[in-house]
Amino acid sequence: MIAELGHYALVLAMFLGLIQATVPVYGARRNDPVLMGLAAPTAIGQFGFVVFAFLALVTCYVQSDFSVATVFENSHSAMPLVYKITSTWGNHEGSMLLWVLILAIFGALVAAFGSNLPIRLKANVLGVQSWIAVAFYLFILLTSNPFLRIADAPLEGRDLNPLLQDPGLAIHPPLLYLGYVGFSITFSFAIAALIDGHVDAAWARWVRPWALLAWTFLTLGIAMGSYWAYYTLGWGGWWFWDPVENASLMPWLAGTALLHSALVMEKRNALKVWTILLAILTFSLSLIGTFLVRSGVLTSVHAFATDPTRGIFILAILTLFIGGSLSLFAWRAPLLKQGGLFAPISREGALVLNNLFLVTTCGTVVFGTLYPLILEALTGLKISVGAPFFNWTFVPLFMLLMLAVPFGPLLAWKRGDLLGVAQRLFGAAAIAVVGIAVTFAVEGGGPVLVPFAVGLALYLMAGAATELVERTGLLKVPFGTALARARGLPRSAWGTAFAHIGLAVTLLGIIGETQWGAERIVEVKPGDTISIHRYDFHLDGMTTRQGPNYRELAARFTVHHGGDLIGVMEPSKRTFPSRGTDTNEAALMSRGFAQLYLSLGDVNAEGAVAIRLYYKPLVLLIWLGAVVMAFGGALSLSDRRLRVGAPRPARGRAAMQPAE
Amino acid sequence: MTRKKRRLVLIGSGLGVAALALGLVLYGLSGGIRFFDSPTDIVEKHVAPGTRVRLGGMVKEGSVVHGSNLAVRFEVTDGANSIPVSYQGILPDLFREGQGVVTDGVVEPDGFKADAVLAKHDENYMPKAVANVLKRPPADGGTASTERTP
Repeated sequence: MIAELGHYALVLAMFLGLIQATVPVYGARRNDPVLMGLAAPTAIGQFGFVVFAFLALVTCYVQSDFSVATVFENSHSAMPLVYKITSTWGNHEGSMLLWVLILAIFGALVAAFGSNLPIRLKANVLGVQSWIAVAFYLFILLTSNPFLRIADAPLEGRDLNPLLQDPGLAIHPPLLYLGYVGFSITFSFAIAALIDGHVDAAWARWVRPWALLAWTFLTLGIAMGSYWAYYTLGWGGWWFWDPVENASLMPWLAGTALLHSALVMEKRNALKVWTILLAILTFSLSLIGTFLVRSGVLTSVHAFATDPTRGIFILAILTLFIGGSLSLFAWRAPLLKQGGLFAPISREGALVLNNLFLVTTCGTVVFGTLYPLILEALTGLKISVGAPFFNWTFVPLFMLLMLAVPFGPLLAWKRGDLLGVAQRLFGAAAIAVVGIAVTFAVEGGGPVLVPFAVGLALYLMAGAATELVERTGLLKVPFGTALARARGLPRSAWGTAFAHIGLAVTLLGIIGETQWGAERIVEVKPGDTISIHRYDFHLDGMTTRQGPNYRELAARFTVHHGGDLIGVMEPSKRTFPSRGTDTNEAALMSRGFAQLYLSLGDVNAEGAVAIRLYYKPLVLLIWLGAVVMAFGGALSLSDRRLRVGAPRPARGRAAMQPAE
Repeated sequence: MTRKKRRLVLIGSGLGVAALALGLVLYGLSGGIRFFDSPTDIVEKHVAPGTRVRLGGMVKEGSVVHGSNLAVRFEVTDGANSIPVSYQGILPDLFREGQGVVTDGVVEPDGFKADAVLAKHDENYMPKAVANVLKRPPADGGTASTERTP
């Protein structure tokens, strides 16, 4: 019964969506406030119905109702409750429902908190948002209905893919989707502006918080996915340049560019057409990502779908929205009044450079991801584009970008003084040089690029800090004054600094993990001790245990560092009889920012077990950097000038704000 | 600076970055891609020893031989031809005889030396590449699992 109610709620959501997609947009054309006013209540109603549908599906999973096909295929009565809940979206149908749920959340947020938007803009934005929603409701209802019943209900489910039976599934997809799908709002704003044929700095001010919100979630989602893959796949890799990962990286790169160009548009009323194009491209890349992951065109852990009708349906949505929006752009963009050009040496100029690099970097990732698919479709030739390609394209371009990052915030708007900024970055450069020299001395041999990468990371951190030091007058004025000034700085300035420092932190982590780590793959018997990087691992013994829906072989290692006992690590291998598959539960031990990583292989005839043992220095910085970046995003979002729905400040108070 | 000059700087730097990216992409393509071959491709195309490729197919039943020190030998087959593969390391959890496998490595005069083994399957699913090799459509929509060893 509950499944039917959920199904019905989804159909109702689609019909509300149809009203929202047409009536307010028509109202905006006719300038009819009543029709335009329908946008907000329908968006909130739609949200209510989708939430109901989603909760109905969750209920089916929690109750292990195996008469529902997707529950039967992806759940098991013996699974812990948390996995019963998360398996709701651990499959194609459920994850698409999560997709539209998040789309509806963003629509409802605009409806609820967009009271300061002009009514025409709001009506058009919500209308466009609903075009996307209706397309995906149709997709779900016609090709991927999660509520379908099986005639003869089986007694037991086929269990969730063991790799997905992990807390990561509770966090990673929702965060990633909040990011991915969040960019639908900036897309809707862009299309609304094109429909209206009018865009100004105020538009950018309304768009930027949404872009920032989506970007913050996407950053966290990507980092979470990376960490999940790192600990769950059992061999310590944290990024594989897999098309599925690239699918999330592409909108991230474009979205980062969008954040920066919207800044120029807000502050200087320039780059209007470009910002609109970026908003379209970012969401288009989100759609391409959805297509890559959901259509089954790739085969990997994320590609749940193997049904070609779904692939063609998503491809149709993709073509319709990307083709349609780009055509609309080509037709309407010339109507938008161009902003002025500006001096190349200025903050605007630096942000344009940032955009150039981010967009070309994004372009290389798009190419590397789609080229094998296109080549195979056209010629039948099968190739794989792997890490070496991306190391040669993404890495140098991104390094060049990072070299330019500290200049941006230090340059003045309109006309900057490059020499002056270079002088102000002297301290940062000096720190970098010391870092390079120390790394060279400690490393001895090794790749030449490594010390320079370390220098780059230090320079980036010090460069971001330079801005704050200068603006607070730290080192020049008494500490108390500096502290007061620091409090007075706009949150967005702090946000910028944190985001840039986070980038450097991630870079440091990547250098540490890839260049200074150690790895051993050996076979050990109980009683043996093996060592890596002054850590000694003693295999005490192995035990077999029974879990709720798996059997587990665990090996117990006591770990010593320089003779001192520092703990016990217990990697295990789980066998899931319901699926006949094994998973690897690696044991991790953090030592500062470094981690020891231990995972099990097979047991051989003589009773020795194969193990993978890694020492990974600075590895935690990779994800910590992303968290710092996201924190920067959140800080910037909390800046009162951007606060969603904040009442317009009175004139007097506005004048009191710190000068930007 | 005149408007025209400013526009020139903008276009110039755009083209500069694009040219740099294009150069890097071409360079990356020359060394960063692998061809995906079946055992029959390798036999028929007479792939020269020393070439890096991805070899995909099924692990031949009864062909897996474990040696000492984590060395392992097995044969990858597509039904028509099979290629002996040697590998040293831990095989992925999902590696089984009679199941699909993708190996990354170098063609040698007497076989294939893999430096990475990827098993992509569950009980009723076969990766697309392997399915293509075997000229058999994949079975019904099971869940794909990816696993790698470095």
